[in-house]
Amino acid sequence: MLQEHAKIVDFISMAEGVTGRKKLQKMIFILKKMGLPFQEKYEFHIYGPYSEELTARIEELCDMGFLSEQLEDKGSYMQYKYTVTKEGMDFRNMLGETKVADQAQAAKLNEKSGRFLELTATLLFFDDLERAEQIEKLHIVKGKLNFTEEEIQQAFDFIDELQS
Amino acid sequence: MSYATSKLAEEKVFKDPVHRYIHVRDQVIWDLVNSREFQRLRRIKQLGTSYLVFHGAEHSRFNHSLGVYEIVRRISDDIFHGRPEWDEDERLVVLCAALLHDLGHGPFSHSFEKVFNVDHEVFTREILLGDTEVNRILLKVAPDFPQKVADVIAKTYTNKQVVSLISSQIDADRMDYLQRDAYYTGVSYGHFDMERILRVMRPMEDQVVIKSSGMHAVEDYIMSRYQMYWQVYFHPVARSAEVILRKILQRAKELSESGYKFEQPPTHFKAFFNRSFTLKDYLALDEGVLMTYFQLWMTERDPILSDLSDRFVNRRLFQYVDFDPGKDYRKLGELGQLFREAGIDPEYYLIDDSTSDLPYDFYRPGEEEERLPIHLLMPTGDIKELSRLSQIVDAISGKRRTDYKLYFPAELLIDGKKKAIKNQILGMLREGGV
Repeated sequence: MLQEHAKIVDFISMAEGVTGRKKLQKMIFILKKMGLPFQEKYEFHIYGPYSEELTARIEELCDMGFLSEQLEDKGSYMQYKYTVTKEGMDFRNMLGETKVADQAQAAKLNEKSGRFLELTATLLFFDDLERAEQIEKLHIVKGKLNFTEEEIQQAFDFIDELQS
Repeated sequence: MSYATSKLAEEKVFKDPVHRYIHVRDQVIWDLVNSREFQRLRRIKQLGTSYLVFHGAEHSRFNHSLGVYEIVRRISDDIFHGRPEWDEDERLVVLCAALLHDLGHGPFSHSFEKVFNVDHEVFTREILLGDTEVNRILLKVAPDFPQKVADVIAKTYTNKQVVSLISSQIDADRMDYLQRDAYYTGVSYGHFDMERILRVMRPMEDQVVIKSSGMHAVEDYIMSRYQMYWQVYFHPVARSAEVILRKILQRAKELSESGYKFEQPPTHFKAFFNRSFTLKDYLALDEGVLMTYFQLWMTERDPILSDLSDRFVNRRLFQYVDFDPGKDYRKLGELGQLFREAGIDPEYYLIDDSTSDLPYDFYRPGEEEERLPIHLLMPTGDIKELSRLSQIVDAISGKRRTDYKLYFPAELLIDGKKKAIKNQILGMLREGGV
């Protein structure tokens, strides 16, 4: 069980911190879809694929003192920033083989916006459908976000890039 | 009359201890109940290993699925019927989704899914959309009907009112399982005034709201849920059985991967061991099949597989102590080493397990929460989030409670062999919090 906690710590350390709960949720989902061995179970929620298990695990890691959670004021809204503490690094190192993502992969995801990752994760949630159906489904479940054709194309390109 | 609107000549009723009667008039529903995929749910227990603690908890996912259907039928036919904000055309899709929402659950789902990295919701979708009796029945309604039902269950359906009836913080699924599980376990928690809640539910815009006069019934429901999670669902002894079950499956998988020759070939598991399984392989499994293998594995040559199987079948469960990973994760490593020195494999006999629950949460703008709140409809027509009005709910809102345990076979530590090391282990375990 703690191996799963350690994987999350490892990923956040590779990403050198993640700002935004939604962003973190989508990053792990995308990596899971890329075949990385995260065990968290996802369902479709308000902002797309969401894992209650991941939320619980993050809260547990904060309670254990392995992650630090800081609330950042972004002007019109607030966001949580997660970073790994020194104790968290010791924990990860003690558990041994927990490495799931590399630094480049983590950075690639981290530089994207929450909106873009939400779009990418939602398309991946429907990856059993044909591309046209995926887009149709996206507009049904994310109609209010008005994703443009250009954004959608960028998301598909990003998925191809991650898969290559 | 089309198949979608076709009614049985006479209403069928199922006697039910929770709802007294479950009523079926629709031909579609009757056909779905009689499909082989739905009948399979009779062979899967609703509460997994909890029957080893609460001996009455032998009820199946079949009972629960019928119960959820009955609650949604009552909402659709009695409470929402005729209300302008409810789309009557959604009746059949919501009834089918309620009935079929757990269709993809497998035997001892929680453990099975973890070990074989599968998801019962994916199987639900495959059963609804694949080559199955259920799919053929749904297709008779309309070519896009199986997809609609699948979308409701996956929460990606356009009409959010329909989704919230099956899946939200106050939905038919929870209202049935809390009462049903309370009834079959025999505990006195889990009871609440569902009749009152149903009477005050209203469809409104893209959600289902509760008239504020029903707030106290909702408070009672939330407290029931809280009690049931900690008293029944997270019972430490049931978790011990769950841990052993998971380790049996893990051991069998590991043995298969290492080329071990089973005395009794694990035919039903082979496709899962090498990840080549199909829907047919999955549907061939039920708890009877798994229990048969556990019985057979009690006499396997591999001492770990035979011991764990015997523990599960004969309820020789692991003991447990509280464990604080934040403080004690280093001690866990030391204990693992001592177990190895004592000749006990810590991978199978020293297991940490955590469980947590968030009884209720609400959406705080800008904080990226994902739970839709329960909204109360005020006499003025305004809506207010539940915890703003209820002090009881406010007290537990957003507060997650987590419990960590460390499981181990106590009797192997007092068998007289390698006494010094085992005493050291027992000393560490008895220290409190490991």
